[in-house]
Amino acid sequence: MAEPILEVKDLVKHYPLTQGILFKKQVGAVKAVDGISFDLMKGETLGIVGESGCGKSTLAKVLMNLERATSGQVLFKGEDISKLTGQALKAVRRNIQMVFQDPYTSLNPRMTVGDIIGEPFEIHPEVAPKGDRRKAVQDLLDVVGLNPEYINRYPHQFSGGQRQRIGIARGLALKPEIIICDEPVSALDVSVQAQVINLLDQLQGEFGLSYMFIAHDLSIVRHISDRVGVMYLGKMVEIGSDEEIYDNATHPYTQALLSAVPVPDPTARETRDRIILTGDIPSPANPPSGCRFRTRCWKAEERCSTEVPLLAVPELLKGPAAHQSACHFAEVRETAAV
Amino acid sequence: MSDTITKDASAPAGDNSPKATPAKKEKPERVASLWSDAVRDLRRNPLFIIGGVLVLALIVISIVPGWFTDGSPFANGACDLSHSLERPSAEHWFGYDVQGCDIYTRTVWGARNSIIVGILTTTTVTVVGALLGLWAGWKGGVIDSILSRITEIFFSIPTLLGGMLIMSMLPFAGNAYSVSLVMAVLGWPQIFRIMRASVLSNKNNDYVMAARALGAGAGRITFRHILPNAIAPVIVVAAISLGVFIGAEAALSYLGIGVQPPQISWGLMISDAQVRFLAAPHVLLFPAAVLSVTVLAFIMLGDAVRDALDPKLR
Repeated sequence: MAEPILEVKDLVKHYPLTQGILFKKQVGAVKAVDGISFDLMKGETLGIVGESGCGKSTLAKVLMNLERATSGQVLFKGEDISKLTGQALKAVRRNIQMVFQDPYTSLNPRMTVGDIIGEPFEIHPEVAPKGDRRKAVQDLLDVVGLNPEYINRYPHQFSGGQRQRIGIARGLALKPEIIICDEPVSALDVSVQAQVINLLDQLQGEFGLSYMFIAHDLSIVRHISDRVGVMYLGKMVEIGSDEEIYDNATHPYTQALLSAVPVPDPTARETRDRIILTGDIPSPANPPSGCRFRTRCWKAEERCSTEVPLLAVPELLKGPAAHQSACHFAEVRETAAV
Repeated sequence: MSDTITKDASAPAGDNSPKATPAKKEKPERVASLWSDAVRDLRRNPLFIIGGVLVLALIVISIVPGWFTDGSPFANGACDLSHSLERPSAEHWFGYDVQGCDIYTRTVWGARNSIIVGILTTTTVTVVGALLGLWAGWKGGVIDSILSRITEIFFSIPTLLGGMLIMSMLPFAGNAYSVSLVMAVLGWPQIFRIMRASVLSNKNNDYVMAARALGAGAGRITFRHILPNAIAPVIVVAAISLGVFIGAEAALSYLGIGVQPPQISWGLMISDAQVRFLAAPHVLLFPAAVLSVTVLAFIMLGDAVRDALDPKLR
């Protein structure tokens, strides 16, 4: 792979919990993202998976600077963008764009498709000269597989999949290098999901995009991703190439997630060994000490409650499974993988 | 001769681009936007046309009442006590009031004050309330708290007492402008609250987040994204309250702090007439009917504008 285009270092996002009406006093914090580091390489797709509430979407918002990071760094081509404001931030936004989860709320119902996709050009007039904008919008519609004549229509005249294509066209308008996709297909019908995923795949080749692809559907992430990161309660617990994660997962949480993926083979379904996790995800306002997964982990021992496992390549593991995993007892599970 | 020339001239042009030219002529390049589509939609809406014609007529009447009636109610001998409370007739369609003044003439001349009060108050209240509501809802936090507390203070002032208080402090009391000012001061919190609530429910939508992600500034986000989506309930309430303001002017006039005789307003006519309603109902009914039609016209306009701004209803 090429050089990293986005480096995330110890990124933290805490939402303060306050008490009192007049004199607000901070009594704690929701640790939505709590010290995450990873690199996004040029031209790759990094999938981020994890259950609801683990901080995936907060991570996306912090990377987009829609939420301010509490601490940590986000380096875009070596420059820290997490503290930028004003014009400098606006300039960086040209390079990092986002595709939103729900195509029904992410498009302004009172704007035409032409206005929605053309808005990036109005905000960044240097990207397309005024006279060419309409043409540019029509080209974008063409690129995402919509009829350019739909330019005067309104979002409600489109289906969910078409709306998501409009959202993607808006994200592409500024010719960004990175697109953060926050569950871009989870609101769509299964039949339409594949079309949108394939469109994203095709656009990546066409424009040399780097994707950060957030999802909770493991099969979709495997299909589109080069590398996959697994999040649990604000932490990255395991990260590696898709074979490393899907075939040689070493973190118990990843193994439990993978064992829950539906198998389209009735006989295999009978024999496979499912890991059923008990309990709920703990509150991110008061996470367990040590390893955050220990309260639901079958391997948990005394050490797990005192010592925070670091995201590193476990020493015991060599060869194909050598990837970063934040577990004291990381090892490949001895069952047939999905 | 000239016919053949034009035909000859147009023929080769058509041959050069046989497909492109006719297609373009059938469907000219139209750049749609919310406002241009709304205007197109309004032009075809009978509700808007009826309401618009009525409002236009009322505005013309209030500017040049002399076009619609021969006499002036202020002229010498305009009122003749011998005609007191006379019923409508072919010559005097609306009849006479207790002073023997022609009600039709007075209604026409009274339009000016009523329309000024209605339009001026509604416009002021809507602009001030909507902008402050937009600001409070968008900014939140301290600004929202301060503005909300201020509106609560205004809500707690009884309209009539507050009206009397403000009117007594004004150097130019007793005309349509002072009445508009008083009612605007007391009326804006209602629009503020509606706007603020509407902004709060719209500002967390993903399209606002998407605009921020594109680098849009606060002005673009509030005026291009939030305002068009939040304005609908405000338009409806503003259109309805226009009639309420015209009626409230009558209440203020009745208490002697509104438009003062010898000036004429519909509110004044209605409050004068109600004393003898059973004996002479026409004195009350005609100005009241004109007031109702006026309110209806503005509500029709408001509804049409609200619908035109919602593409889903097209």
